[in-house]
Amino acid sequence: MELITDSILKKIETIIFDKKRILTDITDRHGYAYDASFGVYVPDLVLQPVSTEEVVGIVKLANEHKIPIYPRGRGTSLSGGSLAVEGGITLDFSLWNQTLEVRPDDLIAIVSPGVITADINKEAGKFGLMYPPDPSSSHVSTIGGNLAENAGGPRGLKYGVTRDYVLGLEVVTPEGEVIRTGGRTVKNVTGFDLTKLIIGCEGTLGIITEATLRLIPKPLATKTVMAVFEDIVDSGRAISTILRSGILPSKMELMDQESIKAVEAYEPLGLPTDAEAILLIEVDGHPDALKSEVVKVEEKCMESGAREVKAAQTSEEEAELWRARKLVSPAIVRIKPTKISEDATVPRSKIPDMFKRLREIKEKYNIHLVVFGHAGDGNLHPNIIADQRDKDEMLRVEKAVEEIFTAAIELGGTLSGEHGIGVMKAPFMELELGENGLDMMKRIKRAWDPNNILNPGKIFPKKGQRLVLHHDS
Amino acid sequence: MTANTALLDKLAYKETFSCVQCGYCLPSCPTYMTMGKESHSPRGRIHLVKMAAEGKIDIEAMGRAMDLCLGCRACETVCPTNVEYGKIYETAKTVITEHEKKSRSFKEKVIRKVVLERGLSSKGMMKVLGTGMDWYQKTKLDQVFRKSQLNKILPESMREMELIIPKVDKSKQMSRKYTILKPEGKPVMRVAFFVGCIMDAFFGRINDLSMKILQKAGCEVFLIEEQTCCGALHQHSGESEKAKELAKANITAFGKYNLDYVVNSIGGCGAMMVEYHHLFHPNDPWHSRAKAFAEKAKDVSWILDKLELPFVNNVPRTAVYQPSCHLRNVQKVSSQPVNLLKQIPELTYVKMPEEDMCCGSAGIYNIIHYDEANDILDRKMGNIKPIKPDTIVTSNPGCHLQMLHGVQKEGLQDQIRVVHIIELLAESVGISI
Repeated sequence: MELITDSILKKIETIIFDKKRILTDITDRHGYAYDASFGVYVPDLVLQPVSTEEVVGIVKLANEHKIPIYPRGRGTSLSGGSLAVEGGITLDFSLWNQTLEVRPDDLIAIVSPGVITADINKEAGKFGLMYPPDPSSSHVSTIGGNLAENAGGPRGLKYGVTRDYVLGLEVVTPEGEVIRTGGRTVKNVTGFDLTKLIIGCEGTLGIITEATLRLIPKPLATKTVMAVFEDIVDSGRAISTILRSGILPSKMELMDQESIKAVEAYEPLGLPTDAEAILLIEVDGHPDALKSEVVKVEEKCMESGAREVKAAQTSEEEAELWRARKLVSPAIVRIKPTKISEDATVPRSKIPDMFKRLREIKEKYNIHLVVFGHAGDGNLHPNIIADQRDKDEMLRVEKAVEEIFTAAIELGGTLSGEHGIGVMKAPFMELELGENGLDMMKRIKRAWDPNNILNPGKIFPKKGQRLVLHHDS
Repeated sequence: MTANTALLDKLAYKETFSCVQCGYCLPSCPTYMTMGKESHSPRGRIHLVKMAAEGKIDIEAMGRAMDLCLGCRACETVCPTNVEYGKIYETAKTVITEHEKKSRSFKEKVIRKVVLERGLSSKGMMKVLGTGMDWYQKTKLDQVFRKSQLNKILPESMREMELIIPKVDKSKQMSRKYTILKPEGKPVMRVAFFVGCIMDAFFGRINDLSMKILQKAGCEVFLIEEQTCCGALHQHSGESEKAKELAKANITAFGKYNLDYVVNSIGGCGAMMVEYHHLFHPNDPWHSRAKAFAEKAKDVSWILDKLELPFVNNVPRTAVYQPSCHLRNVQKVSSQPVNLLKQIPELTYVKMPEEDMCCGSAGIYNIIHYDEANDILDRKMGNIKPIKPDTIVTSNPGCHLQMLHGVQKEGLQDQIRVVHIIELLAESVGISI
């Protein structure tokens, strides 16, 4: 613990009085050495703040002594956003979950950073309202992490992502000042939109200590249709056709043949293993409107070359259809244990092209590549299944991932739809943004954080940095 | 430190790679939810085992987290990648036990010696146990405590436990002899009954009631004398050699009879028995014998849910159910007890929030880690109180005692009765002892 001297620890004890929230033991610190991505980086110290005052105190101290700080929610990041890559202090916000206040008349919720994402939607539901962003980990993840990474989710197709539901923030700057961005109104054009800058900054510009979120009325009902395709490219066409037909489904999820086969081998549900793709399409809204929307979705799928379509008649049947999608993860990791979940995203019209490119990459590098996920918004989620102890394979995987990024960018898309850049995708930033585009971001970072103490090593690549997925044991 | 090949073999290192660190286990973990630290989460513990196997941290550093794991295995039920946490946990406990045999704290040594070695596996000790908490005096544990001044360090858990241990009819428990109970009406099943050790000592009545209900439901019930302790507490404490010995004794004892099932009314013992084959290497001839036995070991509620029960009495009570973790998460018996409760005439079953979460009992966890167990129990009672039930239903003696402890701590002993599910069923089918 060279960074954290005894005198610094002493000062920290005057900021956080409860010693239980100051973690110095190696066992405890190892608990924050990872997230849901790759690599092990043990922080020198872990602190669990529960107030803005504590955060201010810690940040001022860290800025004075140039100690890196890494804000962290519940560590479900898939891009390494919370990893202590350069050592220093991890700030664990998971205990700060005390504020969750829904104001139904203003259609807003005020939350502290450690509140669980799904709890916000649950609380809003009590007032007939909804908080739409629903990352798959929403029952585990904190809103602070979602805000920092600008998390998405299946419902992003219709409702957008975290950024679309934030009206205002309280932020502690890297120099320890408290600022408020935005407000509590839907319309607000006063000055620069710092709210949108902070959201998705991955904790590199400021630490979010409170957020005012926008809620919307909750749809009355949902209906689900399953469509089976002989050719995965047809399923891509079906997505575009439905979206042009005047219907905006709440979810459009895809399972390719590899994932269908894996699920059937894992738990036979009667899925067609000879089909190249299944689309699961959910529409939400008024029950009367849903009846005709379901018929239209079925028609459009058939027109695009679906072999068969099936609409769930009851909520049990609906749950059964979604169960297949849920089982993909446990089913595919039976093949090999390491799962690299990518979220490169392409414009919707390019979905069929992206499918073709993924097929080529899979064959070229001889890897297990499974495509399943939020196809409707172009956020395809190619998953590579490998074994991280097999170095040769991991090197092939690294090359394949690089090529997936390149393909997405060439098709007019982006490196990351919802997972963030973190450490993993930093090497590809210039590829997408160009030298000047990236430089403007660096200038913003320098202006906000002159000592580079907030989440260093993220977003911006180091000279010669490459994607590394293998770990040396 | 470098990777130590012996440790790589002893720990379930390969299994740790199935964990993709998604964190979906966090909300299911009682110690994570009460302690609020990642090192006390399933994901954190798996990471620590991996790090210890690779020589990146020492065994003590891994031990500090593994020791506080309840072993409730709720994490396995929510894991999207089916990590075999139970296996990782057991291997870590074995490594820690081997490593710490010399350095273990005195208080823990005393408890282990008395409870695990002298206690559960010796017939003589089981008889002592039969007198309820008298075993505490008879084993001279209280004197050891006073002399060593351990009562200052560990007074509360033992004292509080003393308050909740029920008085048991000693003569009945220790007179179990080979018996065959004939089914009432048309015979539908041939079963043996596993009585357990703590269970039979403290809750022999539940065993008796279970057998009578089985009989009423048409089972021919064999009570076999040669049966012994299931070995669960030994295994969870890293004493796996002793656990193997006990497993072999039970497999041999029950193997002599031609039975449909071996029935028990103890979540923890049942969980041990359904995994007996995990104790043996697949090449060991005992592995297949253990597997055959494991497939027949069933919880009484699993059996009763398959049979017709002649309900005759109304039980107008409001009940919450505290599942035994080992019944729910390891034996995967979750819907059956609730189905049975719903069949009891006039009983109102209310599902409490976080019903699936451990109560903090976990074998001898609540004796060794009294404070941590208490935090978990407080959370549990916080979920129960707003429902204002008059009954808490359990399915395992450890949970039963812990819930009694919770009810007493809250001063609710006049309002809430803690019962084993079998007691309610017996009442409603008109059996009394």
